[in-house]
Amino acid sequence: MSMTTSDPDTDHSDRHTLGEILGRALGGGWIFILLIVLIAIFAAMRPTQFASSYNLSTLAINAAILLVLAIGQTFVIITAGIDLAVGSVLVFSSVAAASTMLALSGSAGSSYGTTDASWGVIAIGTLVGVGTGAAWGLLNGLLVAFARIPALIVTLGTFGMSLGFAQIVTGGQDVRAVPERLVDVIGSGSVAGVPSLVLIAVAVAIVAGIALHLTRFGMRTFAIGSNAEGARRAGIAVRKQTLKVYMLAGALSGLAGIMSIARFATTTIGGHAGDNLATISAVVLGGTSLFGGVGTIVGTVIGVFIPVVLLNGFVILGIPPFWQTVTMGAVLILAVWIDQLKRRARERG
Amino acid sequence: MSGTPLLEARGIVRRFGHVQALGGADFSVYPGEICALIGDNGAGKSTLVRILSGADRPDAGEILLEGKPVDLASPGTAQQMGIATVYQDLALAPDLSPADNLYLGRELLRPGFLGSLGFVDRRRMRRNATEQFSRLGVKLRSPRVAVATLSGGQRQSVAITRAAMWADKLIFMDEPTAALGVIQTERVLNLIKQVRDQGIAVVLISHNMPQVLEVADRVEVLRLGQRVAQLPTLGSSVEQLVAAMTSGTLAKEPAS
Repeated sequence: MSMTTSDPDTDHSDRHTLGEILGRALGGGWIFILLIVLIAIFAAMRPTQFASSYNLSTLAINAAILLVLAIGQTFVIITAGIDLAVGSVLVFSSVAAASTMLALSGSAGSSYGTTDASWGVIAIGTLVGVGTGAAWGLLNGLLVAFARIPALIVTLGTFGMSLGFAQIVTGGQDVRAVPERLVDVIGSGSVAGVPSLVLIAVAVAIVAGIALHLTRFGMRTFAIGSNAEGARRAGIAVRKQTLKVYMLAGALSGLAGIMSIARFATTTIGGHAGDNLATISAVVLGGTSLFGGVGTIVGTVIGVFIPVVLLNGFVILGIPPFWQTVTMGAVLILAVWIDQLKRRARERG
Repeated sequence: MSGTPLLEARGIVRRFGHVQALGGADFSVYPGEICALIGDNGAGKSTLVRILSGADRPDAGEILLEGKPVDLASPGTAQQMGIATVYQDLALAPDLSPADNLYLGRELLRPGFLGSLGFVDRRRMRRNATEQFSRLGVKLRSPRVAVATLSGGQRQSVAITRAAMWADKLIFMDEPTAALGVIQTERVLNLIKQVRDQGIAVVLISHNMPQVLEVADRVEVLRLGQRVAQLPTLGSSVEQLVAAMTSGTLAKEPAS
């Protein structure tokens, strides 16, 4: 047995190598290259259409809501969990928020158009949206961490429950009367040329990135995903941390619900059944491991843009958009395969 | 051996249903020594260590730390008293760096406002970790790579270094070299001696008698849930250890 090869005494200097920095920053580095290549191809083939500032800002708006959901999903998957409920919690929160804002605006009779609700009412609606989202997250967290039911089952259950309650409350009809200020300023407004929705998503991504990579909360999120038993023995309150992470994902789903109302000027009860899988693929594409313990926010941002760019590019090129679904499926499988190959190589080395 | 034991167990009894794992076991470890705890399978070593590290509670018996009775209610209590355990199955987070692992659950926060927001001081943790590793003579490829990419011996070294960082009195190690090759085993044994030389007592559970004789200062032998011998390693042979493990009796109280 040659132990010397597997146990080298070499002590590298205390500096990051360029590869280390890139590898860490990009999570799955190749996926970033894939995104660049896609953008380059589409931009080269249809420069006036694809690379127009209008199209690029549409791309960013399309990605914004999904990104906020996917950021919550990133935290959950890093703990080796999964949240299938993100999309229907979004629906529940948006219904709760829209109904509240409609009732407070005093024009409860109208079920269509916009209301002239004040910013105060919008603020209350936002709190209701984020709060109800966090409450669903709390339920998920309690069932996963304390009742020890597998996250896949818990969130599949709350996926159905939150959507069902949203339909019960509204009788299945979307709440279409939403505050005009919210739609104008947040939904279709922009600051210095950047759409408000994109600004919100960017702000969430930055704060989440800082929280994940620079704080104790983030370190413990990685720790419990990497080795829950080890973290427990090291004195980390694993169940409490798990609970917080699911609550964070729920609260972000609630925020995404408000963004969705602002963008579409209505709730979208039927429009989010696929959000859970879309966010999971984005997170995994971004280099976060389904086995937990590994992941970055930057990777998730890239992972969210891949399907959005693909769909947009296919539409512009005149390729039937159904091909986007096919391509995404294949890319997702590829991403998970690469993750597993990396893990196996690491465990052997 | 003279003086007050660092940790002493008297008449520890532990039953699991009808099975009596420990039938009035005694045990003592003295400051700054490596004490090997040996015994055949089922002799009660692991049960005793679990009790002494706070992971399990005895049905009867007394535990004294530096001569004073203590109640080791949980591993946390034991840790607060300066007692740590290196588990056989490695309680490290494989995806985190060695430095992050040393500070698992005890992260250093940045000073001032950022600290109160929960920002961790990575640079200080990494610097302290590097210092700690070099003090104990542990050489790692890089303090930043994930622990999973390290060899088994290096991983064990990280686990032991972590224990030595947080326990200032005593570390229990359950078969720390069980899964290691020859050279890696040698390194881990050197590390254990380094830990002892820092003034931390080590209780080593091992089945490897030559290893016990090489590294330990003293041996305590358990048989059928009781201590049957206390021997200095100096002048003892593998045959004596094996004889004590397989046919030792309580009647032969050692002259200490």
